[in-house]
Amino acid sequence: MIQGILTASAAILSLSILLTLFRVAKGPSMPDRVLALDMMGINLISLTAVVSLIQDTTAYLEVALLLGILAFIGTVAFSKFIEKGVVIERRRD
Amino acid sequence: MNADEISSWIISIIVLTGSVLSLISAFGLIRLPDIYTRSHAATKASTLSVMCILIAAFLFFAVGEGLYSARILLGIVFVFITAPVGGHLISRAAYHTGVTLWDSSIQDQLKEKKRKQRPSSRS
Repeated sequence: MIQGILTASAAILSLSILLTLFRVAKGPSMPDRVLALDMMGINLISLTAVVSLIQDTTAYLEVALLLGILAFIGTVAFSKFIEKGVVIERRRD
Repeated sequence: MNADEISSWIISIIVLTGSVLSLISAFGLIRLPDIYTRSHAATKASTLSVMCILIAAFLFFAVGEGLYSARILLGIVFVFITAPVGGHLISRAAYHTGVTLWDSSIQDQLKEKKRKQRPSSRS
């Protein structure tokens, strides 16, 4: 029973990643795409967790944590690039 | 109904709740009109969905194998702290690069302040 529900929720998560991909492709502005990619990273964390539940292994849990960190760093870098034009500023003196 | 079956029901319900919330968030990302409402949908609902699923994973390994995984708890705390910050940064970058609001928006209180600060903002 639980295996079927886990498979169904993995399918629902994949469907939501596909819908997010539509916003990445269409999104009229640049921040739209970055927002959709951020949400795609967060959905990927939950998909990794669901896959590790399906296969009943704890080997993927580091992957979930690491995906969270990388999605956050990517979002911060992209929003700083969009706002200021550079990611790492030069020192002014 | 023994304890194992009850815990598997609870875990199934939490996982299904999380995935349906993620689907709702994706529909919001598709349907809503401008980037600020879309960031409203994408940040809150998907954060709650990933926290539901990670809590379900924690319960699954805690009940099934007696493994209290600190990595999952750390992932929950990290996502809970950083996802709203990411949404805020993206909305701020969108506003400062001039992405327009929805046509039916009534007021924009940041506009006057931004126009007043304009000469000294790019120092």
